[in-house]
Amino acid sequence: MTIKTIASVNVEVTEEGYLKDASAWNKEIAIDIAKEEGIELTDKHFEVIEFIRKKVAAGEGLTIRGIGKSGVVDAKTFYQLFPGAPLKKATKIAGGSKPVSCM
Amino acid sequence: MEQEKKYPLKKVLMICSKGNLEDVLAALVMANGAVMEGIETKLFFTFFGLDAITKKRMNKLHTATVGNPAMRMPGGLPFPTLLGALPGVEAGVTKMMKKGMDKLDIPPVDEFLELIEAGGGEIYACKLAAEMFNLTKEDFHETVKAIITVGDLYAMCDGPGTQIVFT
Repeated sequence: MTIKTIASVNVEVTEEGYLKDASAWNKEIAIDIAKEEGIELTDKHFEVIEFIRKKVAAGEGLTIRGIGKSGVVDAKTFYQLFPGAPLKKATKIAGGSKPVSCM
Repeated sequence: MEQEKKYPLKKVLMICSKGNLEDVLAALVMANGAVMEGIETKLFFTFFGLDAITKKRMNKLHTATVGNPAMRMPGGLPFPTLLGALPGVEAGVTKMMKKGMDKLDIPPVDEFLELIEAGGGEIYACKLAAEMFNLTKEDFHETVKAIITVGDLYAMCDGPGTQIVFT
């Protein structure tokens, strides 16, 4: 069990830094995790994060294709907003657990 | 004790030389997976693999029902090769495969290539094979960046942490 101080709150995280409990999430935590990933969050980022949080709460699996077709953001912009590994980074910032999708 | 140093994969070149639906998908899933992880990805199509980037053929790829010993009936019984040779069987099996793909959010070939390109992956066609099949840039999908030689391909393999995967 790892306790990490993010945005001056102690939260439980996995070894890779994903929140153990999505309900512990708030915007300040998102901003702090994003900073660690080298991302400055904008309103557009938060729109995507909001969409991911809804999916996570509903227990639905996430794919880049699904996010690209959501109407919130297209795949190309999603890659630009969260460069490198967008699905993992965005889910981590949104307080979800590590995505297990191959797609 | 000295810790073992890790050398993460930085660049991957996928070579797809076959035109069966499942072989093409394997290359596309692997390439897209690399793009998703932030690995620099280049996808090179050659020989019958060119079907996957040829506009007229790319969304009509089939699963081979003949000469495929891993092929099974829906209940798990062996799939006789002679049955696979009957007209319409290959089309039916392919239809079932595509249904299964859709369920798993696996896109059709053209959309798959667009997804890879959206993430910064690069798609190339083999010059020699294109000449062999009389195909030009106009025959290929718009995601195909260029028709290149084997030498061009190897020139892209520079840098540590690069791997070539042949499917």
